Amino acid sequence: MTQLSSTETGAAAETGAQPDEHREAWAAQLADALGDDFVEHHIIPESDLWVRVNRGSWVVAATAARDQLGCVFFDWLSAIDWLPSPYGRDMDAQEDNPQPKAADPTEQGYAGGETRFQMVVRLYSITDHMGLTIKADLPDGDLSIDTLIGVFPGTNWHEREAWEMFGIHFSGHPDLRHIYLPGEFQGNPLRKDFPLLARRVKPWPGIVDVELFPGEEGS
Amino acid sequence: MTAATVVSGLLAVEVPYWAASIIKVGVVALVIPTAALVLGYVFLMKMMSFMQSRLGPMEAGPYGTLQLLADGLKFLQKEDIFPAKADRTVFALAPLVVLISTFLIYVVIPTGPDAVVAQLDVGIFYALAVSSLSVVGILMAGWASANKYALMGGLRAAGQLIAYELPLVLAVMGVVIQAGTLDLQKIVTTQATGEIFGWDGIGNPFILTQFAGFFIFLVAVQAELTQPPFDMPVAESEIVGGYQVEYTGFRFLFFFMGEFGTAFAFAALASVLFLGGWALPWGDLGHWGFNIAGPAIMLVKVLAVSALIFWFRFTYPRLREDQLQRLAWKFLIPLSLVNIVVTGIFKVVL
Amino acid sequence: MTAVGNAGNITDRNGGSLADQRQQLAYVATQAADARLNVEIETEGMTLNIGPQHPATHGTLRLVARLDGEQVVEAEPIMGYMHRGYEKLAEVRTYPQVTTLINRIDWLGSFANEVPFILAAEKLMEVEAPPRAQWIRTVLFELSRIANITLFLGDMAVQLGALTPVFMAFRDREFVLNQIEAVTGGRFHPNFDRIGGVKDDLPKGWIDDTKQAMQKIRDFCDEFEDLVLGNEIFQSRSRGIGIVPPAIGLSYGLSGANIRASGVDWDLRRDGREALVYDQLDWKVWTHPDGDSFARYWVRLQETREATHMVDQLLDGLPSGPIMAKVPRIIKVPAGEAYAATENPLGEMGYYIVSKGDLVPFRVKIRSASFSNISITPWLLRGVYVPDIITILASLYFILGDIDR
Repeated sequence: MTQLSSTETGAAAETGAQPDEHREAWAAQLADALGDDFVEHHIIPESDLWVRVNRGSWVVAATAARDQLGCVFFDWLSAIDWLPSPYGRDMDAQEDNPQPKAADPTEQGYAGGETRFQMVVRLYSITDHMGLTIKADLPDGDLSIDTLIGVFPGTNWHEREAWEMFGIHFSGHPDLRHIYLPGEFQGNPLRKDFPLLARRVKPWPGIVDVELFPGEEGS
Repeated sequence: MTAATVVSGLLAVEVPYWAASIIKVGVVALVIPTAALVLGYVFLMKMMSFMQSRLGPMEAGPYGTLQLLADGLKFLQKEDIFPAKADRTVFALAPLVVLISTFLIYVVIPTGPDAVVAQLDVGIFYALAVSSLSVVGILMAGWASANKYALMGGLRAAGQLIAYELPLVLAVMGVVIQAGTLDLQKIVTTQATGEIFGWDGIGNPFILTQFAGFFIFLVAVQAELTQPPFDMPVAESEIVGGYQVEYTGFRFLFFFMGEFGTAFAFAALASVLFLGGWALPWGDLGHWGFNIAGPAIMLVKVLAVSALIFWFRFTYPRLREDQLQRLAWKFLIPLSLVNIVVTGIFKVVL
Repeated sequence: MTAVGNAGNITDRNGGSLADQRQQLAYVATQAADARLNVEIETEGMTLNIGPQHPATHGTLRLVARLDGEQVVEAEPIMGYMHRGYEKLAEVRTYPQVTTLINRIDWLGSFANEVPFILAAEKLMEVEAPPRAQWIRTVLFELSRIANITLFLGDMAVQLGALTPVFMAFRDREFVLNQIEAVTGGRFHPNFDRIGGVKDDLPKGWIDDTKQAMQKIRDFCDEFEDLVLGNEIFQSRSRGIGIVPPAIGLSYGLSGANIRASGVDWDLRRDGREALVYDQLDWKVWTHPDGDSFARYWVRLQETREATHMVDQLLDGLPSGPIMAKVPRIIKVPAGEAYAATENPLGEMGYYIVSKGDLVPFRVKIRSASFSNISITPWLLRGVYVPDIITILASLYFILGDIDR
């Protein structure tokens, strides 16, 4: 969300950090390569770079990052479900038979986003020692995106995992089947509306578990 | 000249044929489990443990001496499981074939001038021939288990045992040429009375004049026993025990006894062929003296050779199948052929 | 061998020039490629199911291999027998409680799992641990590395059929575990790292004991260099087996010693920007140009020895001061996203934390090293022999908990 981004950048400016030229250059290079498909970017100076691209140029973005920015190391790929959990989003999700609550307005993280599901892939340059997180929004009606296997063969298993956990279809993936869960498993466990049954069955004993600090006396 | 002769000689009675047969069977049937137990305890349990900075079994009996008996009892109590798709007859027979091949070797091993079960003129030939019977049992076990690991283990064993028969036999050839006989008794006496290039200080134990042969024999024995570095047929980290994988209870015990019994038998053969067998280089104890002291002398030599065999076992990693074949065909066999040629030349010249 | 000073060329133990060896290895690689081609022509075959209960998979990895004789046509790892769903579970636990979970990811070097998570949370909270806490963290991080890799050094030998080294590895690893236990109270699952610092200070007399233990580990490394690396059979089993070209390794996400053994000079301890104190130490990143199983073993052995030198330096330079920064009693992490990764014993391990300002993380993506390291196996195992499967799996070195999470 842009608001969030701007506050963060503001905070960084207050602490006196300089704008990160190297990462700015990376973002500019990607923007050049992608044109209109480059949606947004967010930089935390001396820390990290987030880039959001349109779904259609997902593969192009990864290729550009690999070939132009030198991000040859494939770190990981996953997805984020931005839906606020219908079972409560905090430790208060302890009540019996929780009714799905009215969904909070979906607020999203760095580099923004509008949809519920967002793809995330992280690449890393072993020469510049800098990482890059590329995001892409998936429209709710059509959870599919092109596979990155052609760019990074290591994405194979990560995409299988994302398919299994979030139900995102990767078009062009040769072998989209369960990786962790048994073949007949139904549902997508990492979606926020997939209930964690252990919590429904038994209250979590750790809810008031606050540890003392070293040297602190118990009250 | 048999074990029965020893008994009749000692007791000064005539032993009838049936009694002689019982004595022979009893000797062999007693010696093998005892040999397996001794080797298993001394080397598998204690020597290996000390090499690996641990104590080994300490609870059953003093210093764990009875551990293997306890293990044997445990094996006997286990359920005798046949895999569902196994060829039951072949599966049941396989351990027996392996064990019988082990038994048959013991028949010709001399432990004294008379202390031998059967005195054969072609003793060494016979011993090497029956020792290779075990490959049939192993192949049977591998095939009948209806298990892919077992099948791979069986096939590996077959390839390996056939490849290493050859250097084994060729290594013995040198000894046979030098002694001029296939008779194990005569090989022993030749060593005790022989001389090395005119020097007769310690007779002529063939380990000195046939050192290459001894080396090849030990390597080939290591492969015949499927012990590291040649334990691919049973490689635990690859094929989970190979042909033994489906066996339980007393059938597994048979394989175990076969393994250690064969180790003992091959160590005995090595000490007969290369270390002078039951004889001593100095000090003639006389005919009856050697009949009585011979087994003890043999035991010392056998344990020494076994220590060597098991030392390799606990030290080396495992070769790969193709590397094993390369070692046999490209190194051991040419070396043993050269050894035979050199021995022949010396035999003719001297 | 000194901590530094060996910078420069890696020479063969037997004095052979590296160029010759490279040619040899290139030859082996073409042979393997030929074998792959030959295999593709064949049609008949046998499917061998290795695992989930198999001695070589040390855990519950399952490998379905299609064989032609003893040659692998294709191999497909199947995991999930140990999937515990930590990413989902982390969403309903407070930040301090999550460390208990992630201790169990790589159970041989547990403390190292906690560090990147804590660092990511600290990043979001904009908290920095005081210097002494950072030093203690780094000491324990390196001790976990030693505890983890010593076991690998013995384990790979036992996979290749040598029974004895693994017992020596267990024996000497014990000294390190004792030291970890003395500080944290846990041998396997310390759960010692906290947001803003560490739980406790070092006990009295610990520094001297640890230095003695480090000396023992150095002796252990020297012994293994002779006993295992110097063994001809070990060399012939591992040289030229499972060669990973650097570019392919990187595109599969191989990290840690696996990629350094392919000649990629990249170590997050040196190149990362996390709040650990490696930049104040005098040490060297070991690489090996060959990329085969032998190189992976070699690099890990050198890294273990290097780690002992690092621990010695860390203990000498330990600053005094508090071990905990000022953080609120009930930790609420501000909204944001952060990724922190460290060089764990198995490779790069990182946590991508998405926070919405609650007591619990909104989403935790666990980037574990073994999952990526092992993802290269279908490519790597094509055309090798069955015994080489074991060599390659052992040398890639995975922990099942680190694959399945």
